Amino acid sequence: MTTARTLQFKIYRYDPDTDQKPTMQDISVEIDATDRKLLDALVKLKAKDDAIAFRRSCREGVCGSDALNINGRNGLACLTDIASFPEGKPIVLRPLPGLPVIRDLIVDMTQFFKQYHSIKPYLINNDPPPERERLQSPEEREELNGLYECILCACCSTSCPSFWWNPDKFVGPAGLLAAYRFIADTRDQATNERLDNLEDPYRLFRCHTIMNCVDVCPKGLNPTKAIGKIKDMMVQRSI
Amino acid sequence: MVNRKIVGAHYGLMDWLVQRITGVVMVVFTLIVALGLIQGAGASYESWRGFMSAGLMRFVSFLFIVSLCWHAWVGVRDIWMDYIQPAGIKLTLHVLTLLALIGYAGWAVQIIWRL
Amino acid sequence: MSAKVTVRKFDAVIVGAGGAGLRAAIQLSEAGLKTAVITKVFPTRSHTVAAQGGVAASLGNSEEDHWHWHMYDTVKGSDWLGDQDAIEFMCRKANECVIELEHYGMPFDRTDNGRIYQRPFGGHMSNFGEKPVRRSCAAADRTGHAMLHAMYQRNIKANTQFFVEWMALDLIRDAEGEVLGVTAMEMETGEIYAFHSKATIFATGGAGRIYYSSTNAFINTGDGVGMAARAGIPLEDMEFWQFHPTGVAGAGVLITEGVRGEGGILRNANKERFMERYAPNAKDLASRDVVSRAMVTEINEGRGCGPNKDFVYLDITHLDPATIMKRLPGIHEIGIQFAGVDCLKEMLPVVPTCHYQMGGIPTNYHGQVVVPGKRTQNEIVPGFFAAGECACASVHGANRLGTNSLLDLLVFGKSAGETAVDELKKSPKSHKELPADAFDRTLARLDRLNTQKGGSNVHESRLDMQRSMQKHAGVFRFDNLLKEGVQKILDIQKDVQQTEIKDKSKVFNTARIEALELDNLIEVAVATMVSAEARKESRGAHVRDDAPDTPERPNGRDDANWLKHSLWYKEGNRLDYKSVNLRPLSVDTIALKTRAY
Repeated sequence: MTTARTLQFKIYRYDPDTDQKPTMQDISVEIDATDRKLLDALVKLKAKDDAIAFRRSCREGVCGSDALNINGRNGLACLTDIASFPEGKPIVLRPLPGLPVIRDLIVDMTQFFKQYHSIKPYLINNDPPPERERLQSPEEREELNGLYECILCACCSTSCPSFWWNPDKFVGPAGLLAAYRFIADTRDQATNERLDNLEDPYRLFRCHTIMNCVDVCPKGLNPTKAIGKIKDMMVQRSI
Repeated sequence: MVNRKIVGAHYGLMDWLVQRITGVVMVVFTLIVALGLIQGAGASYESWRGFMSAGLMRFVSFLFIVSLCWHAWVGVRDIWMDYIQPAGIKLTLHVLTLLALIGYAGWAVQIIWRL
Repeated sequence: MSAKVTVRKFDAVIVGAGGAGLRAAIQLSEAGLKTAVITKVFPTRSHTVAAQGGVAASLGNSEEDHWHWHMYDTVKGSDWLGDQDAIEFMCRKANECVIELEHYGMPFDRTDNGRIYQRPFGGHMSNFGEKPVRRSCAAADRTGHAMLHAMYQRNIKANTQFFVEWMALDLIRDAEGEVLGVTAMEMETGEIYAFHSKATIFATGGAGRIYYSSTNAFINTGDGVGMAARAGIPLEDMEFWQFHPTGVAGAGVLITEGVRGEGGILRNANKERFMERYAPNAKDLASRDVVSRAMVTEINEGRGCGPNKDFVYLDITHLDPATIMKRLPGIHEIGIQFAGVDCLKEMLPVVPTCHYQMGGIPTNYHGQVVVPGKRTQNEIVPGFFAAGECACASVHGANRLGTNSLLDLLVFGKSAGETAVDELKKSPKSHKELPADAFDRTLARLDRLNTQKGGSNVHESRLDMQRSMQKHAGVFRFDNLLKEGVQKILDIQKDVQQTEIKDKSKVFNTARIEALELDNLIEVAVATMVSAEARKESRGAHVRDDAPDTPERPNGRDDANWLKHSLWYKEGNRLDYKSVNLRPLSVDTIALKTRAY
């Protein structure tokens, strides 16, 4: 449990409507014992200054709206414990790095979703659908664990130097995780097309196994492992 | 030409694989040389020359040089790809890199085989 | 802000990209109609994503099941306030809709023979109420997430046109009452647009944020319901709000009923399994209203847990840890994150929390919006459809069964989409002229917000509303509190009409968005309080202290006077009523009887 205290913030502020350039705003807020997560504090901050702009929705870590750069590290505000912040030091909040800022803590995620869409994130199966469900054994289904749970918050891709550098060409950890989610699905028939789609020095092979994605994923997923499996499959089919 | 981001070169796996394999070759070569040094191959010019001019060692050295250049080619090309945007300059740098690496390789082989 | 409104034309416009909106969009896009989906958050951020336990369908993968049994359970769960034609329609369509999802790629858990895994859920019984049955089709405890993503993915395949981070503001209706689209704001620029369409489908979800303690997301502000109310559409059965038995005490985060489906047990301060006293047959798997009331009764009678005796425990420590980690991994995570409890070793503190809006925009089972007219009590509003939580078909009546919400949005999302496609394809028509005052309401609202001086604070007014709803229209309701509540909420409504925002920027102005959302929330809050005050019986989730359980009126239900739907009209803040449809489509009426589990 947190206790009542004053939290100091340094928040990235930028409103293109009025500001020439971004500034870091110093602001503090009183929280009480029921405020457990960073998002609780942000909501209180917004009650104080209604112009602070950030995205939020489910406040329980499944919708992926409130990804921020918190003290230099990407994470979800709703899953970040206030108690984890050291006392006496301001909490530094910035928008996710590597994407254009629309305003304050809100980034333009177009590029991120474009990459997600580019891997054809849907099941491809050209057989006529059977009357009942397509069968899949529990073991086959288990292959999808650790892949399908992605919430598209972009914490991973925006912590990846390869994505910062080539956001238009490198699919990024989130997109590649999704790609492998379909490759690993026994019901999907487009494995070859999917591998073809990724066999490119930029789209897949810009991943240099830096593993920032694994480090920051708020859902504990491992995109690097999925990327490794994609590479394994490419090797398998080419030898 | 239209200004459009294009991907889908349908290569990359080979390079990725090559970097790993050449990396292994270089590690093995380094270990052999280290072993030689421990056993005193570096004690004098003659012993070092004898160590390096043995038939098997020449073969392994040749493999190492080829691996090093190939490895460097992929790595340096990656750097050009990341940092140089204009296609013309990028291509020129690729070609220069290749030529330099081929030149280095030839030079190195010449040195070793002259032993 | 400029008063310039750009008009865009589409065959159909869908407002909301949660489960119902995405399901309808699949139907329209695959039919080749020019469709716009307007959504104030990226589709996979919609609150369907938070659904956990499963979706009901009588697939019978683990044991014998039948849609008729499902229908019986749903009617009984609704305390007979559900329309039996719509309920039959939904239960019969369930298998088809769930199988479709599987074909879209949804990663359901599997049984050993490779079929969709099903678990028991509250109120779902076999053989007309005999014993719990495995009917909830689940993907671990992330069914909503798996479902929403699968449907979004299918929409990518179908090339659906999304307007992401656009907020619909008002419904456009002409003098004949026909719906011609919506006005909307592009959040990034603050520009106002009109979406001129031949069919308008609302799939905007619920308004659980009218309560202080809610499992709902911040975005669940009843936008569609508010827009409909302002456009003169009555709201049906708004007094019925489901309080989910197991929200994390303090945090409000949902803990799925699937926990009890997998064997979880509710315990009071004496560690007693108290549900045995309230529902000897179904026990912890009784219907949600029953369980929530039992919990509040335990707390009120001093058997609550914790230092303030204000919650009860949900215990799964007796279950196999491997099963918990396989079937309920998300719950384990939520326990640690929001209760600071490792549910493998300790019990979870839970308390009934506002969860679902049973009422909404009145529709028939085709997804068409219906209002009382000159000839019948269910006249179709041309061009207007609604599906999902914002709609009231009514399949949930006075109380919804767990897993029937995901089913509702699938079946009626699809049905609304199909009906719209049929109408547009069978009788092609051109766009009807927009009335001269089409944008007036929207522009007036925005103007007021931009120029308001010395007004009330959005955050404070919203808190006032939420606290009032919590106090005056909670799990148990009292005549005097309701009467006070009506007065209070009408006062708060006056504040809401003069909210003031400091931030006047055009770019992604979240202060403006929250103020506009509050306009919608308050409509729902008023409708709820007024409808609840008026209904002088206990039924389903609406339980009044002055309508107790007596031999003449078991559970306090008064069928002679109150077996009818409430209809609240914004204009004049008045109530009307319409009869419940007790005639199913093909089977016999499920006759009224005392509801016991």
